[in-house]
Amino acid sequence: MMAINIQNLTKRYQDVVAVDHLSLSIAQGEFFSLLGINGAGKTTTIKMLSCLVKPDEGDAFLLGHSIRSAPAQVKALLGISPQETAIATNLTVKENLELMCGVHGFSKAKTAERIDAMVEEFRLRSILDKKAGKLSGGWQRRLSLAMALMTEPKILFLDEPTLGLDVIARSELWDVIRALKGKVTVILTTHYMEEAEALSDRIGIMKDGRLIASGTAEELKAQTNTTKFEDAFVAWVKGDTK
Amino acid sequence: MKMLTFAKRTLKEILRDPLTLFFGLGFPGVLIVLLSVIQSNIPVPLFEIDKLAPAMIIFGLSFITLFSATIIAKDRESALLTRLYASPMSPLDFIFGYTLPLLPISLVQGVFCFAVGMLFGLECKVTILYATLMVIPLSLFFIALGLLFGSILSQKQVGGVCGALLTNLAAWFSGIWFDLDLVGGTFKKIAYALPFVHGVKIEQALYAGEFEAVAGHLLLVLGYAVVTFALASLLFLRQMRKG
Repeated sequence: MMAINIQNLTKRYQDVVAVDHLSLSIAQGEFFSLLGINGAGKTTTIKMLSCLVKPDEGDAFLLGHSIRSAPAQVKALLGISPQETAIATNLTVKENLELMCGVHGFSKAKTAERIDAMVEEFRLRSILDKKAGKLSGGWQRRLSLAMALMTEPKILFLDEPTLGLDVIARSELWDVIRALKGKVTVILTTHYMEEAEALSDRIGIMKDGRLIASGTAEELKAQTNTTKFEDAFVAWVKGDTK
Repeated sequence: MKMLTFAKRTLKEILRDPLTLFFGLGFPGVLIVLLSVIQSNIPVPLFEIDKLAPAMIIFGLSFITLFSATIIAKDRESALLTRLYASPMSPLDFIFGYTLPLLPISLVQGVFCFAVGMLFGLECKVTILYATLMVIPLSLFFIALGLLFGSILSQKQVGGVCGALLTNLAAWFSGIWFDLDLVGGTFKKIAYALPFVHGVKIEQALYAGEFEAVAGHLLLVLGYAVVTFALASLLFLRQMRKG
């Protein structure tokens, strides 16, 4: 079974077609990046797949569950790290992690077990009792990602997780994200070409709500006769493909 | 379980904001002190402590609206709600998760107003218990109003609408600061069509042990609470669906 099977997914906002008959399949454990300029429809796609907004047409199945008819089952499968840092600023790091377990209905024992696991994986021990709002941008993003993974999601949506971070913080977060490869199905949206190229199994390029290309970074470069991935992306978006 | 987890988090977020403690507890207390000092120099029947302390509870509840609206608007702007909307929490988990923590805060606020009142000669009697417990149903209207504003306004707008406008409206139309009969006319009619003065009358009557006077006022305030809650829930659901 595919982790994600998107069929003709469409979303309109008044006269604007944000996502236009998008069809796409993503395998279990695959790391898929969704690229596009601003307004290409990446975030709307993620929002529909996360059951945050309803599609106008089409459907998507996450591990066989429809986002239209079974949103509760879909929500139980996924984790999301939204574009902005999504943390409770007046709560400590530990309390933020506990919050995620609580809203998923985890027992106390399971919560303690998951916190231990996340603290190790994300090296949060030294900041566990610090208020989340007092952390640096890099640590807040790290916490935000840890919160998305607290509930052991089968599918993870990362919406521009490194946006606005400095080079070092971004590199550190990449290491964390890279470690997820193969363990969980990931859809990443990003503006950083090198991020997509370094992390992804496959990359999709969206323009005006449509998926105009998909494949490995090498395939996308070969199809545009370019050697740098950024050049390949520009060629696809500008329509300079041969 | 999900609802209680979210309610616990909301309570912590509110209580860890020092402004909450000042405006929620301190400010109504400061006003009781200030007006009692004025009363001791220039006696004004309206500011007699057995009228003032119960009335100030209602004014204090307008800050509960501010807390309620602020936390929701802040959550909406911070993307935390986006994350939580994608969790298995139901709309009711959210609505009650925002409402429940404000009930004990309102209750503590009521206790504090009576405690400060006692420092200025308010007689400690059993009716204080009734008036304090009545804060719970009365606070539902103010909490619902916060839910409503928090669902449609930004954090900055909430500051203006709830922090400045509502607290002033609650003060003017509650009859705490001046006798509504002195103004009379349309102003008095508007005041009695709104729930604030009725809340004040309920608290004052309960403290005075005049229980027969409570029912009519209570019905109106609860009516406002039900309608406001229904409207607030619809607006919250609407913004939730927008993702």
